[in-house]
Amino acid sequence: MKDRQLIFELSREGRRAYSLPECDVPEQDLEELLGEDVLREESPKLPEVSELDVVRHYTNLSRLNYSVDTQFYPLGSCTMKYNPKIDEDVAKLDGFTDVHPHQSEDTVQGCLELLYHMDAMLSEITGMSRISFQPAAGAHGELTGLMIIKAYHENRGQGHRHKIIVPDSAHGTNPASAMMVGYDVVEVKSDDRGCVDIEELNEIVDENVAGLMLTNPNTLGLFEENIVEISEIVHGVGGLLYYDGANLNAIMGMARPGDMGFDVVHLNIHKTFSTPHGGGGPGSGPVGVKEDLIPFLPVPMIEKKDNRYYLDYDRPLSIGKVKAFYGNFNVLVKAYAYILSMGARGLKAASQNAVLNANYLMAMLKDYYDLPYERYCMHEFVISAKPQKEWGVSAMDIAKGLIDYGFHPPTVYFPMIIREALMIEPTETESKETLDRFANAMIELSKIAKEEPHRLENAPHSAPMSRLDETKAARRPILKWERDS
Amino acid sequence: MEVKKDLKYSKEHEWVRVDEKTIYIGITDYAQDSLGDVVFVELPEVGDTFDADDEFAVVESVKAASDIYAPASGTVIEINEELEDMPELVNEAPYESWFIAMEIDDLSKLDSLMDWEEYQKFCEEEEA
Repeated sequence: MKDRQLIFELSREGRRAYSLPECDVPEQDLEELLGEDVLREESPKLPEVSELDVVRHYTNLSRLNYSVDTQFYPLGSCTMKYNPKIDEDVAKLDGFTDVHPHQSEDTVQGCLELLYHMDAMLSEITGMSRISFQPAAGAHGELTGLMIIKAYHENRGQGHRHKIIVPDSAHGTNPASAMMVGYDVVEVKSDDRGCVDIEELNEIVDENVAGLMLTNPNTLGLFEENIVEISEIVHGVGGLLYYDGANLNAIMGMARPGDMGFDVVHLNIHKTFSTPHGGGGPGSGPVGVKEDLIPFLPVPMIEKKDNRYYLDYDRPLSIGKVKAFYGNFNVLVKAYAYILSMGARGLKAASQNAVLNANYLMAMLKDYYDLPYERYCMHEFVISAKPQKEWGVSAMDIAKGLIDYGFHPPTVYFPMIIREALMIEPTETESKETLDRFANAMIELSKIAKEEPHRLENAPHSAPMSRLDETKAARRPILKWERDS
Repeated sequence: MEVKKDLKYSKEHEWVRVDEKTIYIGITDYAQDSLGDVVFVELPEVGDTFDADDEFAVVESVKAASDIYAPASGTVIEINEELEDMPELVNEAPYESWFIAMEIDDLSKLDSLMDWEEYQKFCEEEEA
């Protein structure tokens, strides 16, 4: 892009986008109205630009956007799946947009009914008993879930339990959320198949364990085959099992966290249930629990009595309110539309195709990159650029090189137990042709890494910006534009 | 990868230099290479006390944030303030960029650390 100036830099004194008409009402003296002390002494330095300047500036900026609607986005662990447009149509219905959270229950029965049904649908999908829609997104769901676990233990006179076990492959949010709740984090290592090391888990557990947090499939894209044994070990010492729903897209309609022994789950609606993600969000992170934990869910819960829906705040054991109003409601409307338009069979097919697509890509790439665990993967997989690193090309260089082929890079350097990790999640909505193009780009990049490694040093070359100096950005950040004069 | 002969090493890739009852702690060449460009170092304050295996500092790179652990219990007597302004020193000269100096209670606690040969072997195994 050529126009890289800020709107402030485009400013020319006296240039105007619009001429205001003469004021046709009596003018009031601001000083008299508001008082001198609150009035500014000089005008704000707003950009002075023409309408065309504004239109071009923002149109050009918008064309720099990279999104699922423009290109392939295999960002591991983020489930950047396509967001069907019908979900947006439904969420735009007047009955959902023209409501205010302060309206009385009787005037928003439809919205409450939707949440009530959504509770039943997500309970069925996860094998849980009830769902709270309060949490704003994934990490907030984790925090809420752990607060519920804590309240549960305390209510049983088990407040001494202070440890949360987290695998070394876990999302960083897991230990962070546990710390926020005041728990001590104990790490359990992965075994040589990339799963929780059962032997070590047996050594770690004791009567001070409050719970174990697990993503299944885990961040390596591998199914924790010993989940039933893990569940027995943790429950055996009185701990609870927490399911990080980040990877639910791998198992929807085929396996349920509730049946695996999990007591609390959070879901990432903006991942698994296809609502916009990242800049297009916001997220939504409902928390589901088994029967024994229902009393501790945040308020309000949506209940039904005499054919009328209402918000239940009368829940003495509840952890209380975790967000203003009722969660990110409009996001839930989109997910509701997604679930109904897909149906039970459709959701299962989504997971099956997500797993198939990931295994197809993994099979295409495993001869060119290092595959740390020789196993079928679930909805995502991790390969390592260890061989390329020997030739002087890092996982980061490969990731940046992919931009020149028109692809969003995969997640890099995570999980941290794999060196030079590239974590690839194609999602179910990509065609074989797209997957082939991506695999060919990765294979070509591996060849370039071997034959002309220097070519990747400053990649990308065709993007609006070439390689950014991330180190300098972190060490000496310039957070504010300043006028020259 | 560089290893210094006169230092002791931990499994967390920290080096320890012993000077009578004072120890200097930093991270190894292997550690800085794995972390990538270090962008931030968070240090404790002089006078803080730590038990063995306590986290006493955080080092943040473009890839990850890592805790630094105390090899033995003791009291911080000096911190390397230079690292707060110039975290890049950890990459440029890992064995000169000590994080803190600690006065420790029991020198024998350091016996479980590796010598340079053991550490070199340890790193090779990590690589494999």
